[in-house]
Amino acid sequence: MITEEEIKDVAKLARLELSQEEIKKMGKELSSILDFFKSLDELDVSQVTPAFYLIPLKNVMREDKAEKKDKKEIDRILSQVPSKEGKYIKVKEILKQ
Amino acid sequence: MKVEDLTIKKIHRGLTEKTFSATELTRAYLGRIKSQDEKISAFLEVCENLALSQAKEVDDLISQGKEISLLSGVPMAVKDNILIRDLKCTASSKILENYQASFDATCIKRLREKKAVFLGKTNLDEFAMGSSTENSAFKITHNPYDLNRVPGGSSGGSAAAVSSGECCSALGSDTGGSIRQPASFCGVVGLKPTYGTVSRYGLIAFASSLDQIGPLTKNVEDSQIVFEAIKGKDPLDSTTVETQSLSHSVTKSLSDLVIGIPKEYFGKGIDKEVKEAIEKIIKKVEGEGARIEEISLPHTKYALSSYYIISTSEASSNLARFDGIRYGMSNVKCQMSNLLEGYLKTRGEGFGPEVKRRIMLGTYALSAGYYEAYYLKAQKVRTKILEDFEKAFEKVNVIFAPVSPTVAFKIGEKIEDPLKMYLSDIFTVPVNLAGLPALSLPCSEAKNLPVGLQITGKPFQESEIFTVAEFVEKIVA
Repeated sequence: MITEEEIKDVAKLARLELSQEEIKKMGKELSSILDFFKSLDELDVSQVTPAFYLIPLKNVMREDKAEKKDKKEIDRILSQVPSKEGKYIKVKEILKQ
Repeated sequence: MKVEDLTIKKIHRGLTEKTFSATELTRAYLGRIKSQDEKISAFLEVCENLALSQAKEVDDLISQGKEISLLSGVPMAVKDNILIRDLKCTASSKILENYQASFDATCIKRLREKKAVFLGKTNLDEFAMGSSTENSAFKITHNPYDLNRVPGGSSGGSAAAVSSGECCSALGSDTGGSIRQPASFCGVVGLKPTYGTVSRYGLIAFASSLDQIGPLTKNVEDSQIVFEAIKGKDPLDSTTVETQSLSHSVTKSLSDLVIGIPKEYFGKGIDKEVKEAIEKIIKKVEGEGARIEEISLPHTKYALSSYYIISTSEASSNLARFDGIRYGMSNVKCQMSNLLEGYLKTRGEGFGPEVKRRIMLGTYALSAGYYEAYYLKAQKVRTKILEDFEKAFEKVNVIFAPVSPTVAFKIGEKIEDPLKMYLSDIFTVPVNLAGLPALSLPCSEAKNLPVGLQITGKPFQESEIFTVAEFVEKIVA
């Protein structure tokens, strides 16, 4: 059983604000899902290589060179920014003055 | 014009023989949407202006006597997690409710080059997380066969739109069955291509090692045409690989074929009617000369756990980008909050319950102390599942199985119980874990609702799947 404290910790790691009601419900639901995952413990996979890649992939490199974008494209991107000043994206203060 | 009966080749013939113009055709589909979508609710947005301007381009080409491609003027719908420049792309989430795409997904770019027509964006489970399209923040889509039932998910809008004749074909995305299961529920053809075949650039990411874009169509021929148009290596998605142009399939007739039937897919959990419907098709195909061989995929029962651990882990990482700073819903303007509070509030308000649940699960599975017990273990189990398929394909050409253990279920039937909903994906997730191509073919009915046959092939052998599917399509017609 996953505790309420654990839910709060994970929610903070995940950057999610949850209401008290959501925390309660989440605890129950996650517990039953994690119980279901326990079926994997029946298998001994200690000697198995994990399958991070399914197809033969290799690193793809490109030159580290800035690409010039036309103004229309830049405007399209900036038009989606919630808070900006000129062509700069505004963020919250992260260092105290 | 009865647009419900049109396929890509019929449209092409109509356009080139000037039976109808692309504009007339597009208007007919827009009319069909107007008359049908009030009850189906497949579309989140209909882009009439874009569609009519694209249709006009095709009409101009025709009047200039230029040759047009098979897809020119073909009215398509696009799942709303695939970006079309200057249209909204919401992923059915409040957090992207007003987001307008600043670029085209690669598959969209390729369809534009063929002069396909985009009618609009279709409903989905929020961020493609779900099996019924009920997790959309905006609306519930209804199954055209029975309006009280779900169309499946997460590409439920696309499947319902094709099924009800609101578009000729559509794009969806499949992470754990999200093309095949709604195709099965709505009686259309759905293809999940081999991982790495279709570029994911411009697809809003859910689980990057599993996601693939693919077509939902009326028949197998259309599926192949759309697939060929969107596939291919893309410098903007480094996991895409160069595939040969569809090499001619080695199968010339059904008697060349060995079909594997995995016994694990016909045991506990499957509805009796679905099981009987699939078994009947297998008998028919055997009667036509194919060799049927029982096979075993012994790790099937572990696939669902492995899938939900891997997909939620990847999702928790992918969805970290929704921070309310660069785009999407935001409360950064709120003077009171600091950086952390800005994140917490934006995401707490913007994401719906299923998305929060999966982010939480994934964050938990990846967190210190749990990584080895969950994520690493799931990736190892994935290896076992992959090996099961490799072994099976040593002696069979394709695998036949049901797509879903049930027919379309009732709206509201599973939404309150997340685990019950996850179990709907039991027959589709192994294919994603193994990266294989698989097609859902409408082959029968049970309880007056469509049943899909899942045809799985070897990696990059879509051509084999299409050939086999066309054989079966003829048999069941």
